[in-house]
Amino acid sequence: MKMVVAVIRPEKLNDVLEALFRAEVRGLTISRVQGHGGETEHVENYRGTTVKMALSEKVRIEVGVSNHFVQPTVDALLNAARTGEVGDGKIFVLPVEKVYRIRTSEQDQDAVTPVAAVAR
Amino acid sequence: MNNADIAWMLTSTALVLLMTPALGFFYGGLVRSKNALNTIMMSVVSLGFVGVTWALAGYSLAFADGNAIVGGLSHLGLSGVGLQEEGTIPRVLFMAFQGTFAIITAALVSGAVVERMRFGAYATFLVLWVLFIYAPVTHWVWGGGFLGELGALDFAGGTVVHVNAGAAALVAAAVVGARKDYGRQAILPHNVPFTLLGAALLWFGWFGFNAGSALAANDIAALAFVNTMLAPAGTLVVWTLLDLQRSGKITAVGVATAIVVGLVAVTPAAGFVSPMWALALGAIAAVPSYFALVFRARTRLDDSLDVVAAHGVGGMTGALLTGVFAQQSWNNTADGLLYGNPMQLGIQAVGVLAVLVYSMVGTFVILKAISLVATLRVDAREEGMGLDVTAHGEEAYAGGEGAILIARDHAATPAVIGVPVRSEGGQA
Repeated sequence: MKMVVAVIRPEKLNDVLEALFRAEVRGLTISRVQGHGGETEHVENYRGTTVKMALSEKVRIEVGVSNHFVQPTVDALLNAARTGEVGDGKIFVLPVEKVYRIRTSEQDQDAVTPVAAVAR
Repeated sequence: MNNADIAWMLTSTALVLLMTPALGFFYGGLVRSKNALNTIMMSVVSLGFVGVTWALAGYSLAFADGNAIVGGLSHLGLSGVGLQEEGTIPRVLFMAFQGTFAIITAALVSGAVVERMRFGAYATFLVLWVLFIYAPVTHWVWGGGFLGELGALDFAGGTVVHVNAGAAALVAAAVVGARKDYGRQAILPHNVPFTLLGAALLWFGWFGFNAGSALAANDIAALAFVNTMLAPAGTLVVWTLLDLQRSGKITAVGVATAIVVGLVAVTPAAGFVSPMWALALGAIAAVPSYFALVFRARTRLDDSLDVVAAHGVGGMTGALLTGVFAQQSWNNTADGLLYGNPMQLGIQAVGVLAVLVYSMVGTFVILKAISLVATLRVDAREEGMGLDVTAHGEEAYAGGEGAILIARDHAATPAVIGVPVRSEGGQA
């Protein structure tokens, strides 16, 4: 299992969610974050105060997936989140030691397999 | 001169002026947070750009002696606009009262182009639109032009203000084009309480708009005032029932919209119909606007904040129903269809049609002319980032994290991370 963590542009979130859905990735978590990745900083003015905004609004997406799902997930993120400009974000793929599904106490592979795919 | 009239008109002018920032909040709540400032600014800057235009030339084109189509140039730069009597109030006060109408009418159009129009192009549009569309149309009805001569009833601007702005909005939305996300993803209001607050302040200001249009502190002002209270009440109730029937829930955005639709519809009728007919008018007006709004959302026309449904359709409904419910025993002016004067309805229709056609064609020409020398809309990247940062270099809801101070009068250290962005508290 892997944890795929992506930091993307907020305005690309809808495209990314749609792409992940098409790739049949069902379980994910998002959070609104601020970050810095080398993009041009914009300048803001408030009365006499001028500031350079070093942090940009970003969205972090975390998806826990089984190994054969890693590539489709990464591909979906790469294609949907790209604008070609500096500041499109990053994707990190991390190893996962252990996964539990809280509802059933299922572990690892079972825990990250979408429920709809499990015959009951 | 009548001091009571002057006192009421001073009050009314201030009330109507408040409607423009109120409209900013009404509109501002309905857009995404990244465009909140830009949207509110579209209303607020009208106070300046249209205010100046009105004083320099707009008032003259609307109210100076001229022909049946447009006023003359004798009041350019407020010449001849002094303390002499205009009715029972000083002319300079009449000019200011009418100026507040021009300001809000132009700002109304912004609802059709929010979240993608370039700010400079928009400000240019405000000025040209007031000069070439608003001022002549005002002259037609109130300045001695052909619609007034014809006997068209428009108490406070159902046609002059609302049909006019609605028609312009329809064309502006089409010419500027849809937002890039329109129809592709959900675009939700970011602050519904702002929208309700804006609607409430609009209602408050509208007492000056309608009752002030009596231009005196008299019985007709009282009638217009009461009708301004009753009609939106009727609209609100019917709107909630329509909402309930369609979605099973009464929505806050729906109620805010209903208040505005009711106010729009009663505007042409305010001093001409009885209070019970005003109530009925408000109730009836909910229906066409409600369905126009539901229908519009299914089309490709990105009239983003439904100016056409609320002001265009609402204004038309009000203008036509004025020709139905008007009652000479209340207004001393004219009867409508129900009181034995079917001709009035025809005259009202002519008024609506004339304004509709002129405003649509004129707005199209103005926007095309601006697009010859400037771009009307921002590029896709700016639209994605939001217009607050890209057009104004400010954020509506800045947290201040990561803000590096780069210019300050007493700067000791050039770069300090985490300095609060807001400068209230002495720096400015």
